[in-house]
Amino acid sequence: RRISSLAELPETHQLLKQTCQGFSDNEIAPVAAQLDKEHTYPKNLVKKLGELGLLCIDISESDGGTGLDYLAYSIALEEISRGCASLGCIMSVNNSLYLGPIKHFANADQKETFLKPFLNGDQVGCFALSEPGNGSDAGAASTTATLDGDSWVLNGTKSWITNGYEASATVVFATTDKSLKHKGISAFLVPKPTPGLTLGKKEDKLGIRATSTCNLIFDECRIPKENLLGETGLGFKIAMQTLDAGRIGIASQALGIGQAAIDCAIDYATKRKAFGAPISKMQAIQTKLADMELKLESARLLTYKAALLKDSGKPYTKHAAMAKLAASETATYNSHQCIQILGGMGYVTDMPAERHYRDARITEIYEGTSEIQRLVIAGSLLKEYSMKN
Amino acid sequence: MASLRVLVGCKRVIDYAVKIRVKPDKSGVVTEGVKHSMNPFDEIAVEEAIRMKEKKLASEVIAFSCGPTASQETLRTAMAMGADRSIHVEVDANQAEIIQPIHIAKLLSKIAQEEKADIVMVGKQAIDDDCNQTAQMTAALLDWPQATFASKLEPAEGGLKVTREIDGGLETIQVKTPTVISSDLRLNEPRYATLPNIMKAKKKPLAKKKPEDYGVEIKAHQEIKKVEDPPTREAGQKLETVEELVTKLKDGGFI
Repeated sequence: RRISSLAELPETHQLLKQTCQGFSDNEIAPVAAQLDKEHTYPKNLVKKLGELGLLCIDISESDGGTGLDYLAYSIALEEISRGCASLGCIMSVNNSLYLGPIKHFANADQKETFLKPFLNGDQVGCFALSEPGNGSDAGAASTTATLDGDSWVLNGTKSWITNGYEASATVVFATTDKSLKHKGISAFLVPKPTPGLTLGKKEDKLGIRATSTCNLIFDECRIPKENLLGETGLGFKIAMQTLDAGRIGIASQALGIGQAAIDCAIDYATKRKAFGAPISKMQAIQTKLADMELKLESARLLTYKAALLKDSGKPYTKHAAMAKLAASETATYNSHQCIQILGGMGYVTDMPAERHYRDARITEIYEGTSEIQRLVIAGSLLKEYSMKN
Repeated sequence: MASLRVLVGCKRVIDYAVKIRVKPDKSGVVTEGVKHSMNPFDEIAVEEAIRMKEKKLASEVIAFSCGPTASQETLRTAMAMGADRSIHVEVDANQAEIIQPIHIAKLLSKIAQEEKADIVMVGKQAIDDDCNQTAQMTAALLDWPQATFASKLEPAEGGLKVTREIDGGLETIQVKTPTVISSDLRLNEPRYATLPNIMKAKKKPLAKKKPEDYGVEIKAHQEIKKVEDPPTREAGQKLETVEELVTKLKDGGFI
């Protein structure tokens, strides 16, 4: 598939976009403010997402999934996030962070237990990489896994785990051989609940408040030997590959927030009158709207390109990082300007502007901070240069 | 009773949420670059047909649309909702301007006979022309019983029991199959096309035909002389007493 197809999406993707737009506008947007206010996990909406096939978008049809591609995933995730960023986050974690590593590295038995029941919204998964002592420094994982007879024994704490409370299983990264540093990290599949695994308190977050985020505490937690994902020492590679794809997800979530922000701003600006005319007629407002739209569409094109590269089996690490960086910074820019355009109304909960502002902020932090994205981009760039010179 | 074949008519119309604008030359409304979608009442008809299939009352759902090339999108949506196959009778832009319910009724009746349909279902009216004629004309051409403004469909001996929304309330009638039904708003709530079904729809057959294939000539029977906006609503007046109101109404010749 070529980039010229970006002028018009393929028919399947157009139909998909229509379905997601309709679902988002009619069922998600009307309850988003309440979900945020009450800090409630949207269980029935998650189930509806599952029924629409949105929680397993790129899992093959033979495995029971929807069998679509990452471009479809990006389009769907943007529309859902436009309605509610929290729901978009839950969708992204299940698709990219949980099902992603299992799709690529699990064997048939592991797929029976950890993939098949997680496709239709009945159960969701989560991804445990970060620790209190290391976020960006993923190679320094201090959670350990020791082989004892027929079991692996996990010890340590994972932090900032989205879906921590509601998930029925998690992909966990632990050190199996400290001497090998990041090459000594392995990935494991852990069902929840399980003896030896306790949850920390639910974090009280600034935004995406309808998701639960907590610590996973492993204390002599035993899991069957068969729950090793891939091979020992493969963990870091699995994590990095998973995050590359996850970045396209978060970029799409950020696009949804950025779009919701500009929609809110335009709607207000065309109705609010000042100095005898709607403020949308004023240059200061028009300049803001133009900048918001420019950043949004630019980030969207980067996101689509990253998705298309991935779908074509081409290297996409640099573009995924660029997409995530551009989209997340756009989400914060757009929501900031949205509040500015709404003035006082942007500062109160009567309008969604302040929620977009709070929701946007996390997109610059999780799944690789903006600083890390810049290192990834520069690293790719320098590598490309050294290969030509 | 089971294994009924259902032919559903869908029309591609300007989306219900769009703000309609009249063309500067007053010959019609602006359609270029405007969002279009399936007529909402037709969506309800498609949904009902699919539910009949799920309840094993129907064995096959065939979607039909007469319109320009873009009508294919409407048919793909119907198939994504669950219709088994579709027939697109394609017309060019000029013909599309002059198509009337009589032409659709002629096409529907020919196709219904060819496909040996047991039920022809359409939305009660299209939201662009609000004609509310296609179902009735089709029934007349086929000499089949009709049940219009259906808000509930149930199987019955040799046919269907239909609850109709009429001016005075609800009326329940029984019709023998084959029959023509038109759907009203409260018949059901259409489903979202799920992703797996959107994927399956890609493999479903979409037959392309022309009006001539069914012996139908698209000939204009009427000419639209002018289209204009309704008059802008003027401010009302606030009155103090009921007597004043009655006087004003009498003076204005309203009573």
